[in-house]
Amino acid sequence: MDIFLQQVVSGLATGGIYASLALALVMIYQATDVVNFAQGEMAMFSTYLAWSMLNAGLPYWVAFAATLALAFVGGLLIERIVIRPVENAPVLAVVIVCIGLLVILNSVAGWIYSYIQKPFPSPFPNAPIKLGNVVFGAHDLGAIGITLVVLLFLYVFFRYTTLGLAMRAAAQNPVSSRLCGVRVGWMLAIGWGLAALVGAVAGIMVAPIVFLDPNMMAGILIYAFASATLGGFTSPGGAVVGGLLVGVIENLVGTYVRFIGTELKLTVALAIIVIVLVVKPSGLFGRVVVRRV
Amino acid sequence: MRFRTVALSLTVVATLALAAWAGAADTPGVTATEVKIGHTNPYSGNASAYGTIGKVITAYFKKANEEGGVNGRKINFVTYDDAYSPPKTVEMVRKLVEQDQVAFVFNTLGTPTNSAIHKYMNQQKVPHLFLATGATKWGDPEHFPWTMGWQPTYQTEGKIYAQYILNNVPNAKVGILYQNDDYGKDYVKGLKDGLGDAAKKIIVMEQTYEATDATIDSQIVNLKNSGANVFYNVTIPKYAVQAIKKTHDIGWKPLHLLNNVSASVGQVMKPVGSDASRGILTTQYLKDPTDPQWKNDKGYQDWLAFMKKYYPEGNVEDAFNVYGYSAAQTMVQVLKQCGNDLSRESIMKQAASLKDFMLPMALPGIKVNTGPKDFYPIEQEQLAKFDGERWVLFGEVYDASKK
Repeated sequence: MDIFLQQVVSGLATGGIYASLALALVMIYQATDVVNFAQGEMAMFSTYLAWSMLNAGLPYWVAFAATLALAFVGGLLIERIVIRPVENAPVLAVVIVCIGLLVILNSVAGWIYSYIQKPFPSPFPNAPIKLGNVVFGAHDLGAIGITLVVLLFLYVFFRYTTLGLAMRAAAQNPVSSRLCGVRVGWMLAIGWGLAALVGAVAGIMVAPIVFLDPNMMAGILIYAFASATLGGFTSPGGAVVGGLLVGVIENLVGTYVRFIGTELKLTVALAIIVIVLVVKPSGLFGRVVVRRV
Repeated sequence: MRFRTVALSLTVVATLALAAWAGAADTPGVTATEVKIGHTNPYSGNASAYGTIGKVITAYFKKANEEGGVNGRKINFVTYDDAYSPPKTVEMVRKLVEQDQVAFVFNTLGTPTNSAIHKYMNQQKVPHLFLATGATKWGDPEHFPWTMGWQPTYQTEGKIYAQYILNNVPNAKVGILYQNDDYGKDYVKGLKDGLGDAAKKIIVMEQTYEATDATIDSQIVNLKNSGANVFYNVTIPKYAVQAIKKTHDIGWKPLHLLNNVSASVGQVMKPVGSDASRGILTTQYLKDPTDPQWKNDKGYQDWLAFMKKYYPEGNVEDAFNVYGYSAAQTMVQVLKQCGNDLSRESIMKQAASLKDFMLPMALPGIKVNTGPKDFYPIEQEQLAKFDGERWVLFGEVYDASKK
């Protein structure tokens, strides 16, 4: 029983990592209708900015806030400069541009900061927390908490603010939105900025666990995709639940299902993507999107 | 008299030039003034912590060239990034052999990556020398006469840990985490062979991970719950830091045996912090650059001067920079022994004729020896313990060739 509980808790901790990045994926999908393959690398790059500022001696939360601001501006610029020219191109073209962005950001980070892994500080206490026989790091708990705060922020933003509503409208029906006076182009740019900001939070929370290096997001991105697919690409809450579920499923299957073991853990994530797409393409909490063709 | 001297010198010069030309015609990548060497290394990807090895080798060959080259020839070192991905290694090595026409391939890094080119190199009969991996299979001259390892094998290292466990840990219960490929399995085999009949009883759990995994937290949790009091950690640096940190975070305090592959102070022990890394054991065969006992050692001082002059951006606390330096020195020694005959056969023959070659950065007493049937250049190692700052050597130098 102990091992079951410990694996569940450990799964929730890793699931929290997946959830935070999945949230950024969902965010950009909601705001711009694009699945952003470069999301992980954008988060990684933002984390390096935070690292540089911390190294320059800025206090943690100042560096945190400054990183979010820079990430927002960076995301905005990426949309204006890189994505805008392919705005009306077929989906595949946008996907390719995103993958190009992924490779560029990865290499530039490696070029500037080298591929040596760096420790990244956590704002939470270092001592492990014990509940009965279950032990976990304070950072794991804190990271999940911060992900939930971001989720709450997004929920309120998209549901109750004019800007949030205008952004959703612009993503789903650009033509009608424009007719209603929404500046669609800017909405998309702000959407990229916000997604980059959410990604930066994810990166800063992930780095203390997996250590900072240009490839830190590579493995995580696949799990984040599985999480977002499971929870539903149209539902921020779903992405978080999906992330936690994927983390726990991955651990339990790896521990208890003999033939999968730890060797096929990544395969579990991919299987989740395929099964969800076949059985319930909109995910657990997603809205079914109907389009007139 | 004067005429005869001139004629004689002319003849000698002509013969030498002819000999050089003849050698050049025979072997791709070899001319009268140059020898071209190929190399792959993960400059990017999950194993990019090893990227510095390629850089330090490049720097060392630059030094060798500035000092006049080897037997008058400059080394042209062509190095490509394979991101520790076997299909990419195949692509890059074929490019090296078929397009760049290198004389031979040297110190390609990684067990899965080298496995992917193992047969190809032997079919093409291109020397595949001093691989940066300690898998046991690289020392098989009967079936793979063109491939030779360099560092002590993972099995040797595993046996040393086994001996330590048997002699020092009563009621040992060993939990193992290893990378699910030839590299990981070699380490596990060494440990099991060393433990002998006791292995079944002593090893209580084995967990694996893939080099593409996001985290290895779940495995560490399982190992802790298995009740193990010895943790045999067979991981590459990216996962080694995670494993050490997680072990500490969940309050597991086993005797921690870390494979030499990740025993870099700069890349692993420092990032993870001294609280989590104190007390970890490993084995070493090279002088650790952070160990103050080498401060006045000639070998260390030469290495430091080399780093400052030829690779100033390199980390002088990183043991991988000692590794690449020593491997490159072994390579230069082989080229020296070849004299003017740089045919591929001759290169293999000289690689298999190293006799008591001393590396200035190897631990005292460790010598490089090879023979026609001995394709394991370094076979001696010593245990070391991390004191929170650096590795402290203890015990005797263990010699695998004698047991």
